[in-house]
Amino acid sequence: MNRRSRNTSLRHGLMVAGFLAPALAVYAGFVVVPIFISGYYSLFSWSGISPQFTYVGLGNFARLLQDAVFWQSLQNNVILVVASIATQLPLALLLALFLVQPIWGVKLFRTVYFMPLLMSTVAIGILWNFFYDPNFGILNELLRGLGLQSLTRGWLGDERTALGAVIATISWQFTPFYMILFRAALTGIPEEIYEAAAIDGAAGWSTFRHITLPLLRPTIRTGAILSLIGSLKYFDLIYVMTGGGPNSATELMATYMYKSAFNHFRMGYGSSIAVTLFIVALILTSTVLYFDKFRREKGGEA
Amino acid sequence: MRKAARGPRAVLHYGKRLLILAPAILWLLVTGYPFVFMLQTAMKTPFEFMLDLWGLPGEWRLDNFSSVLAGGFISYFTNSVAVSVFSVAGVVILASLASYAFARIGFRAKNLLFLIVLAGMMIPVHITLIPVYVMTQRMGIYDSLTALFGPYIGFSLPISIIILTEFFAQTPKELEDAARIDGCSHFQTFLRIMMPISKPALATVSIYNFIYVWNEFVFALVLISSPGKMTLPLGLREFYGQFTVNIPGLMAAIFLAALPVILFYLAAQERVVRGLTAGALKG
Repeated sequence: MNRRSRNTSLRHGLMVAGFLAPALAVYAGFVVVPIFISGYYSLFSWSGISPQFTYVGLGNFARLLQDAVFWQSLQNNVILVVASIATQLPLALLLALFLVQPIWGVKLFRTVYFMPLLMSTVAIGILWNFFYDPNFGILNELLRGLGLQSLTRGWLGDERTALGAVIATISWQFTPFYMILFRAALTGIPEEIYEAAAIDGAAGWSTFRHITLPLLRPTIRTGAILSLIGSLKYFDLIYVMTGGGPNSATELMATYMYKSAFNHFRMGYGSSIAVTLFIVALILTSTVLYFDKFRREKGGEA
Repeated sequence: MRKAARGPRAVLHYGKRLLILAPAILWLLVTGYPFVFMLQTAMKTPFEFMLDLWGLPGEWRLDNFSSVLAGGFISYFTNSVAVSVFSVAGVVILASLASYAFARIGFRAKNLLFLIVLAGMMIPVHITLIPVYVMTQRMGIYDSLTALFGPYIGFSLPISIIILTEFFAQTPKELEDAARIDGCSHFQTFLRIMMPISKPALATVSIYNFIYVWNEFVFALVLISSPGKMTLPLGLREFYGQFTVNIPGLMAAIFLAALPVILFYLAAQERVVRGLTAGALKG
């Protein structure tokens, strides 16, 4: 009897493994294990090409703390996170509010508004590089047309405007994503609530302020968390548009990590940047998720 | 009662509409005009372009498209198709198997395992870049399309498993129970009952991952070096290097690269929108 039940539980275990093992093996091999290997590599000085592989303890991290470019990239990452949440979410909400209006032709707006999200980031980078071009870029051309000659410049070549220009492009790319989230949430709000509010005399702004906004709170939270995660690991567009320049003005942790490892062949140092990026992402997202959960358990109101 | 209330409000609404419509049209231009610009510029000669940035081409010619196609575009395109098809197929198979276990079979440490998979959504790919690069070198698959499958599938699994597990868990159990009583194993039930009724969720997962893989850049940048193996995003960068002075040619390349996804979007808009935002909407 005992043996038989052990037998069936073994068979059950094998059956479960049959379903799970393929996915978990790939996930472990290409996602989980490499995280630990990165941690290991970060303790070495290593070019990746020469066989010299020297243990340096936390030396890479000590150097990182004194590396001005790293601090600059961390700061840019923080700016990117804040700017992304502050521009993309409100804009997306406004667009979503427009898209649920019963206006003729609104479907055309929806179709076009969504399109930036379909382009590959590399293509977007090339396109916008050209828009920002000092000589024949559309932006300068537009400013000249408006008589604002004095504002024209090489937007990506100027340290003061490069990060802002890149952030504007990122917003152009990702606002549609949050717009769709908000639109889905807005269409999910039952009409009766608005009718009841109208009977109570609420209209326009006060309806929005006291009904729509509170009901959208979970969506705003989801959007903010996704935007936070996305901004921390941002890479493609910066790599294509500015390569982190000029003079590190647009350097992010991810681009700096790539450069250190694959352009300057400092794999150990690159790994230490990757580990730091990972830890920053881990701390920030788990803090946000923790407070989010805590808040929700307390009853949902912020 | 409602009609009476709507009368005056409708008039107000009309004035308001113009107020709303103006910024809405402005944003329509901001999002839509770049696409128009790409297409019209792609049909100009470089000289024409220099003379007049905004104007329409004097003659609608396709020369730029043919020179892009002759310049390696077809190879990038077929590489991208191959990588996308195999990666998406791999993700869908692995994720649906795992999701079935998470949704339908009881086993120890299920919640912990699911949490570990879920955490994958927050992991920046860069933490795995160097180890995957080294691994690929050692396995002798560096600079081949095969090198991309592992990371692409690995990083697509978390979101796919979350979407599918949720979908599987919500489907009614009756059909499966009947199949089980008839003596079907879990695997047979999965294959004959769960898979066929989950087509919408499988479509969502496929679309999401297809667009991710089609546009993926970092892993391709690190794992591929020869032009013959490059996927479209890498290929576009090559064009960017070659065509710095020929902007119409560059626009033709970008437009061609975006075209398949845009056509697919126009044909199945709701599906694509749902696919792209699936993770956030369900999560």
